[in-house]
Amino acid sequence: MTLVLEAAVLGVLTGGVYALMASGLTLIFGVMRIINVGHGALVVLGAYLSFAASRSLHIDPFLTLVITMPVMFLLGMVLQIVFIRPLKTDREALSVLVTYALALGIEGLLGYFFTANYTQLQAWYDTASFPIGSFRITYVYVFGFALCLAILAVMFLVLYRTTFGASIRATMLNRTAAQLIGIDVDRVSAVAFGIGMATAAAGGVVFGITTAFNPGSHYDLISRLLTIIVLGGLGSLRGAIVAALIMLVSEDITAVLISPVWANFVFFVILVGVLLIRPQGLYGVRVRDRL
Amino acid sequence: MRLLRQANNLKVSGIVVLFAIALALPAISPDPATTNIAVFTMMYIGLATAWNIMGGYTGYISLGHAGFFGFGSYTLGLLLAHLGIKAGYTPFLFVPLAGLATAVLALAIGWFALRTRAATFVIVTIAFMFMLQLLAENLVGLTGGGGGLSFPVPPWGGDYFNTPYYYAMLALATLGLAISWRIRRSKFGLGLLAIRDDEDKALAVGVPTRAFKLTAFVVSATLVGMIGGVYGYYVTYIYPQFVVDPLIGISMVLMVFLGGLGTISGPVLGALILEPAQLWLAYNFGASRLYLVMYAAVFLGVILLLPRGIVPSLVELVERWRARTGPSASAPSKAVAP
Repeated sequence: MTLVLEAAVLGVLTGGVYALMASGLTLIFGVMRIINVGHGALVVLGAYLSFAASRSLHIDPFLTLVITMPVMFLLGMVLQIVFIRPLKTDREALSVLVTYALALGIEGLLGYFFTANYTQLQAWYDTASFPIGSFRITYVYVFGFALCLAILAVMFLVLYRTTFGASIRATMLNRTAAQLIGIDVDRVSAVAFGIGMATAAAGGVVFGITTAFNPGSHYDLISRLLTIIVLGGLGSLRGAIVAALIMLVSEDITAVLISPVWANFVFFVILVGVLLIRPQGLYGVRVRDRL
Repeated sequence: MRLLRQANNLKVSGIVVLFAIALALPAISPDPATTNIAVFTMMYIGLATAWNIMGGYTGYISLGHAGFFGFGSYTLGLLLAHLGIKAGYTPFLFVPLAGLATAVLALAIGWFALRTRAATFVIVTIAFMFMLQLLAENLVGLTGGGGGLSFPVPPWGGDYFNTPYYYAMLALATLGLAISWRIRRSKFGLGLLAIRDDEDKALAVGVPTRAFKLTAFVVSATLVGMIGGVYGYYVTYIYPQFVVDPLIGISMVLMVFLGGLGTISGPVLGALILEPAQLWLAYNFGASRLYLVMYAAVFLGVILLLPRGIVPSLVELVERWRARTGPSASAPSKAVAP
């Protein structure tokens, strides 16, 4: 029983990181109606940038976010303008291919610069732990969870308390109508992609401290992130967060009760079950001709 | 009218000549390096054609076809192992069985996945692919898990080794093209195109959309499964990440997009261009990871410069030229497929 409880706590803590990464992905979908298959590669890119920065500047991995988040934000805007904006027809399908190509390109470049060997970000708290009741929790999970909560809170504040956030939400609701009332949809899209990438950078740091990664790690990551946002309902931030928690908790409990090799599988089973009843996902809106 | 018949004759003779070249290829150039490229190119002609039956005609983009490819591969390998089939020509006879098994799987997956549309469908197919990969890895007792699965190695030697596989791939590609052509000219095919254009309207005018989509999905997956079977026998050793490879799934999609989505000749053209290019890049730059970067660059170039594909762009060009010259020209139509 304690094992299950421990797994559940750990699941919630790591779930926070996935919630952050998935909300970037679902935000991008909501604003642009594109599936960013490259999101996993962007997270891995963020992890490598932090790796390089903390190595060369000798600073704490979390501190590198001060550099990597703005860098990734700008890079995201550039990528959106160069590769996503030119897609006029058949956006959904073509965007999958374009972002997949971006993922391959990033994987190739990272492999060229950092080799295909596994690395991991290092900090004093990556293995140090503290006791809670009968089990111990590694500091990094708590720090990571707190970081992700903070960033998610900022994201929600921007989205729901600022004018620019209102224009992002308007674009998510109805792109054409948003354009009609004078919202610069192209600018909103670029910024949304930038925000998505900045959150990927933050997720990448936590991912990089808790997991050994290499340039090919993005496949595993993206398959998880995509299933999370489908379970939550495409374009729903709340859905992404809830689904991320469901995924990680169910995975960790399965790992304890059955076997770690079946951990991923259980989430797929949950996904199939939910989609059978609600094809639009937990919080998705059923728009007949869209989803 | 005469002009039209002439054009038709030209088309038929063109197809006959191309097919004759394809048949004679191993005799023209028996060197294994060439026939190896030919086997893979023919494989991708089949895969792209099969994918197009679902993705091109109905507009439902499946990124999970690599799952069916790997499933067919594993099915054939396990059949051969458990029935104790000796290497040689007999394994090819079991390829349709692998296809049948894939059809059953596709029926189950399609029944579920086709409840969703557009973006959700894309992601659900990806999820199923990773699920199959995970199963192949975890069901160690059945598949051998990460240790992989070996096929019997045929006794053929030297220049001849690739030839039977080449003809097997050619047969499957031809079958795929024949089915694709037949569907394109049938009422069923019209229904599929109607689904692509506007699914709700298609349903409203009486197209049984669910049954049609599912049929197209199963036909497409079955072909892919059979090709996967032959591939497994060709490479003689498979493991989960190698046959359920997202890159295989995305390659067939890219070829269809390059050639022309929903056309019959487009997937063939796309495969003829991209697969040799891909093999060349892998051969020359495979050691450094830059191979991936170059592939990505080709990929991005194709989509950003030719979003509609080569064949539709050409057709449009010819029609514009016809419309300008001579009154005999037919009215420019918006038809996509030649």
